[in-house]
Amino acid sequence: MIHNIDLEHLRPYGDQLNDGVIQLSFTLPVPQGAKAREAAKKLIESMGFSDVQIVHSEDIGEDFTFFVIYAKTTGYVNYKEIKTLEVEVPKMGMEEINEKVFKYLKRQIVVVGATIGSDAHTVGLDSILNMKGYHGDSGLERYKAFKVYNLGSQIPPVELVRKAEEYKADVILVSQIVTQRDIHIKQLTELADILDAEKLRDKVLLIVGGPRITHELAVELGYDAGFGAGTMPSEVASYIVEKMVKIS
Amino acid sequence: MRLELDGEMIERARKLAKEVTDEVQKFIGLRSTDSVERTVARLFGIDGVNSEGAPLPNVVVDDVKAGGGLKRGISYWIANGCVAKNLDPQKLAEAVGRKEFSLVKLPPQNEDLVAEKMDELTAKAIEKIESVRDKRDKMLEELGDPKKPYIYVIVATGNIYEDVIQARAAVREGADIIAVIRSTAQSLLDFIPYGLTTEGYGGTYATQANFKIMREALDDIAPKVGRYVRLTNYASGLCMPEISAIAALEGLDMLLNDSMYGILFRNINMMRTFVDQYTSRLICAFSHITINTGEDNYIKTSDPIERAHTVTTSQLINEQFALKAGMDPKYMGIGHAFEIDPDVENGFLYEISHALLTRTLFPYATPKYMPPTRYMTGNIFKGYAQNTLYNLVSIMTDQSIHLLGMLTEAIHTPLVQDRYLAISNAKYVFNNAASLGSEIELKKDGFIQREAQKVLENAVSLLEHVKEVGLMTAIEEGTFADISRRMDEGKGADGVFVKSEDYSNPFIEEIERVLGVGR
Repeated sequence: MIHNIDLEHLRPYGDQLNDGVIQLSFTLPVPQGAKAREAAKKLIESMGFSDVQIVHSEDIGEDFTFFVIYAKTTGYVNYKEIKTLEVEVPKMGMEEINEKVFKYLKRQIVVVGATIGSDAHTVGLDSILNMKGYHGDSGLERYKAFKVYNLGSQIPPVELVRKAEEYKADVILVSQIVTQRDIHIKQLTELADILDAEKLRDKVLLIVGGPRITHELAVELGYDAGFGAGTMPSEVASYIVEKMVKIS
Repeated sequence: MRLELDGEMIERARKLAKEVTDEVQKFIGLRSTDSVERTVARLFGIDGVNSEGAPLPNVVVDDVKAGGGLKRGISYWIANGCVAKNLDPQKLAEAVGRKEFSLVKLPPQNEDLVAEKMDELTAKAIEKIESVRDKRDKMLEELGDPKKPYIYVIVATGNIYEDVIQARAAVREGADIIAVIRSTAQSLLDFIPYGLTTEGYGGTYATQANFKIMREALDDIAPKVGRYVRLTNYASGLCMPEISAIAALEGLDMLLNDSMYGILFRNINMMRTFVDQYTSRLICAFSHITINTGEDNYIKTSDPIERAHTVTTSQLINEQFALKAGMDPKYMGIGHAFEIDPDVENGFLYEISHALLTRTLFPYATPKYMPPTRYMTGNIFKGYAQNTLYNLVSIMTDQSIHLLGMLTEAIHTPLVQDRYLAISNAKYVFNNAASLGSEIELKKDGFIQREAQKVLENAVSLLEHVKEVGLMTAIEEGTFADISRRMDEGKGADGVFVKSEDYSNPFIEEIERVLGVGR
């Protein structure tokens, strides 16, 4: 970390320590003009910003005005007091994982994955599960330690649970990418509830991933773990193995 | 910029694709589906819902199906019912909806009268969609066709009225095509929801009322911006031909319509999809609706470089199926996409090569080019740069339908300014590099030439294999998108049936006759 930071009063770094500069862009549903610019400025000031610079404002049709703004926040956070919940994973390689599983469990770990409910995006799920993986990090299918069933997209929670039972899943992996009006929360809760009702919750490791997922949120929703954007397949694999070996 | 491809190999590829689809067409010819029959019911004028909210086209088809009569075709039963009860199809369907009687229980009427009725209903249906089509064609001519690549954007608020606001803003900014994304998983509904809707997830329900609202909004703004504005929706799914019918009735210009997408990505039964796509495409061909095929999806799941030839193969298959439905190539929006990992060295050259291959193989089509999605991240600034390169490939390789990439792809549905930024990016690149493609000559035996030739060769080998085992077995083997689907599995399988000897479908026969295809 750079020197002289006052971590009790942490502020954004623009081009000088503690200048508090933030970029903003948004649209106001009013016609472009001096009045719209003043409205944007006042709005930003009402959010605790000072030195508001409207660097761009443009009519984008049908009386919408688009703004790009730089402003300085007057706020700060006490970094020292911040506590977060993160998945703690001792990162292991593929060989190590395979070895560990066959040594301690003496069988493959069954993973059932899907995107649930309305979500049609399998990009995240596929990069964790598919052989090819993500950025050179192989997906779970490539590990001898895992038997993977990738059910694909838009699987109703009920069906996911049914399939998990059928395949005797050790792990259920759900991905939620594109959501609107927080529908992902509803769908994730529904899945956890069904597992509870079917008395299956204790029998599986329940994991969720997606750009808007944090471990904290996952735990709050009754999941064992949550993985956010940029998670590598090997991290998920390491977590699963660590937990499974511990349970057995 | 020209690719020097082996002409004989192109011919060979087309011939193989034709042979592959000829085999499937034999299966298609013998069958119909619930959805095909509902399509006829709709075109005969049946619309609305019963007191339980079930769409009347479903009600009448289910009634005849339950009574064991569907193999004869819904046309006969509707005509027979109209004669027996002296009602028009709508009133007849309403009565069936009130459970007053079943169509199969009505006594068979004089054959000539029933045949006459079928002809009358057919003529009316055809007249209706012809008049919509002619109005569209006239408007296109009067307002003027925008320059290609057409700028294609998506609206997806869930609320049709909100969609209208965003669509109008997008048109003002320069959009040529508005696509209203469907509420997710609508493709798996075995009916079309009724009426206008203001609630949907990840999109807005495709309903006839929603089509009408958006069509009117775009027709209102088109003269104000001085160019024709196209409207797009989605046909793939369990209601493929029915969606085509309501699109034809409401004057849509484009439909996403792929001969295999439903099978692979929605796990819809193979036979159901093949039969449905045929009727669906007949209607599109007749109504001058441009289809958009879905090859972009293949390289979302499998590697875009290694598996580039599966895109080409599917394009050729889609083209043949469209030709079988009498479609003029100019209504074929042959799909492909910019999905190569941005970290790949010379990824841009691969993209040029693949995009140019599509353009070269389908010179008379209107290729539909799709933006990066797979390697879009939350880094919207990088995403904007990726979209810039995508725009550049599109203008260089002379694409026709250009779906704009959104900087918030993979995060949420586009904000109003995302669309604006995307349009200004595309306009900037299209204008700045307008003649770049025609100024460049590709190095002989260089990277781009070799890559395109290789993809074509691989596509021919794959087609040879598909020809040998048959398309259906090839799908079972997981040839496309690394997804395997069995012949007997999938949604909607119970909605496929073999037509009986006395099956009649005069509407389909008539448009087959006009288009010069079929029996």
